[in-house]
Amino acid sequence: MRFSMLPQVFFQMFKKPFTNKFPAKYIPSSTTKFLEDVGAGRVKIIPPVETPIDFRGKIQYDSEKCIGCKLCIKVCPTEAIEYKEKEKKIKIYLARCCFCSQCNDVCPTNCLSMGNEFLLADTDKYSKDLIVE
Amino acid sequence: MSPEATTKTTYRLPIGPIHPALKEPVAFEFEIDGERIVDVRVSLGQVHRSVEWAGMRRNPIQILYLAERICGICSYCHPMAFALAVENIADIEVPERAEYLRVIQAELERICSHILWAGVAAHEIGFDSVLFLTWQMREKVLDLTEYLTGNRITKAITMIGGVRRDITKDMVPKVTEALNYFKDNFEKLRHIFLDDKTFKMRSQGVGILTKEDALQLCACGPTTRASGVKKDVRLDQPYFAYGDLDFDYVTPDILTGEVNGDVYDRIIVRLLEVKQSIELIEQCLDLMPAGDIVSEPKIAKLLATLKKVKGEGIGRMEAPRGEVIHYVKLDENEHPYCWKVRAPTYNNILPWIPMLRGEQIADIPIVAASTDPCMSCTNRVAIVDSGKKYELNREELHKMSVEKTRRLMK
Ligand code: SF4
Ligand code: SF4
Repeated sequence: MRFSMLPQVFFQMFKKPFTNKFPAKYIPSSTTKFLEDVGAGRVKIIPPVETPIDFRGKIQYDSEKCIGCKLCIKVCPTEAIEYKEKEKKIKIYLARCCFCSQCNDVCPTNCLSMGNEFLLADTDKYSKDLIVE
Repeated sequence: MSPEATTKTTYRLPIGPIHPALKEPVAFEFEIDGERIVDVRVSLGQVHRSVEWAGMRRNPIQILYLAERICGICSYCHPMAFALAVENIADIEVPERAEYLRVIQAELERICSHILWAGVAAHEIGFDSVLFLTWQMREKVLDLTEYLTGNRITKAITMIGGVRRDITKDMVPKVTEALNYFKDNFEKLRHIFLDDKTFKMRSQGVGILTKEDALQLCACGPTTRASGVKKDVRLDQPYFAYGDLDFDYVTPDILTGEVNGDVYDRIIVRLLEVKQSIELIEQCLDLMPAGDIVSEPKIAKLLATLKKVKGEGIGRMEAPRGEVIHYVKLDENEHPYCWKVRAPTYNNILPWIPMLRGEQIADIPIVAASTDPCMSCTNRVAIVDSGKKYELNREELHKMSVEKTRRLMK
């Protein structure tokens, strides 16, 4: 066919768009206000596409189980993990983390795991949400 | 550029050096006569990121993730080539199952890269509806990657001596489902790319690289195969499980019966390779034996072993763009003594010179894109016209290319 894309283009006009319109159909004029409205229940957020199982999201740390062996610090490629000498526990700065999950694999007591959370953008890299301890 | 080439009728068009954040920064200087390109000069090495230097201060496990960040699209080939080099030094045996899993990941990356490229190529000639169609398919590839590895782009699946994640029995249906989707959509894409008039018009007879030039300039990957050179590391020196799989070199004559070495041929090769990759993954799923996926699951022990070995090793594999080579030297230390990377685009830059000679300025985007480099090359163009200098940015160059498509359609 001369222009074989044309049928596809017409077809597409009647199809549901492929894009998931997260978090809202149109960009809100003020993100902070939008988030406030969502918090107050005034508007509904369009949920993001679900993450698959074993997705590598925000790290979960069970400090009870940690024995302070420092193996995770040794393999972490981004040096995102700090050792707390006094408590013999670790502290992970997620702003540095590249979500490779290598610390999870190496940990002998399985106290680290990857969660599902991926919306971690923040203006402050030392914010409470971005530090796991 | 030779001095005698600078006559009154020609002018110079420097392109680049490009944005420092991109991986293959390069500067061009074109010698232009009207709209025709008379000569091209390429200069490399515009930006140094110190990746290798940083690697020499890290242990091999950490380097895997550093290597992943050499390129966002080849985020599997680089760490894997590094792992192959280290395995070569330390004589690490990779379990059979891991060899097949490695092929699956490599081919998935090839599908993703080629489809991404196809979209970019369409965009370069102003055919944006095809860009969206191809990237819709790429989204599915990324979803599958996410399902198999946990990440979408930087896969973090490589481990020295194997891979980090298995494909279990209950994961297989989802993989086959995705593969079937790719196959259906592939037919659609093939039809659009290979039969559409717009594509033929802009790509046939444009940016020709002859077989002799391809051999002399050591082009690699799809760029050289499109010129009829049968070169593919997967077949020439089989690694992973490629030796057990049934496939052959992809050259454009399979489809059209002749080799022209133009942009159209490079489109054919990449599209056929997508199909080949889908078939290779299917073969792997069938043939994959049960067993371990990594030779040494205890990473601390692996690091201790690597600390005791001494020697040099080479890892080479066929990345989507061609052959990637990693050289590593270990000297009984925690960090490697030396690490050297050669990415395939390095080889595919010189072939630009014969490809671009005699073409028009509006062809620069599609011809440059046809070797699948980092597309930043057309970023900042300054035209120096008899002492007067004016700048042409990426958007304007892109506009010229779109206008040429429109002119030809009239
Ligand atoms: S996931 Fe990777 S980068 Fe993040 S803390 Fe663990 S080892 Fe470090
Ligand atoms: S590897 Fe596990 S147990 Fe050891 S310090 Fe890290 S988190 Fe704690």
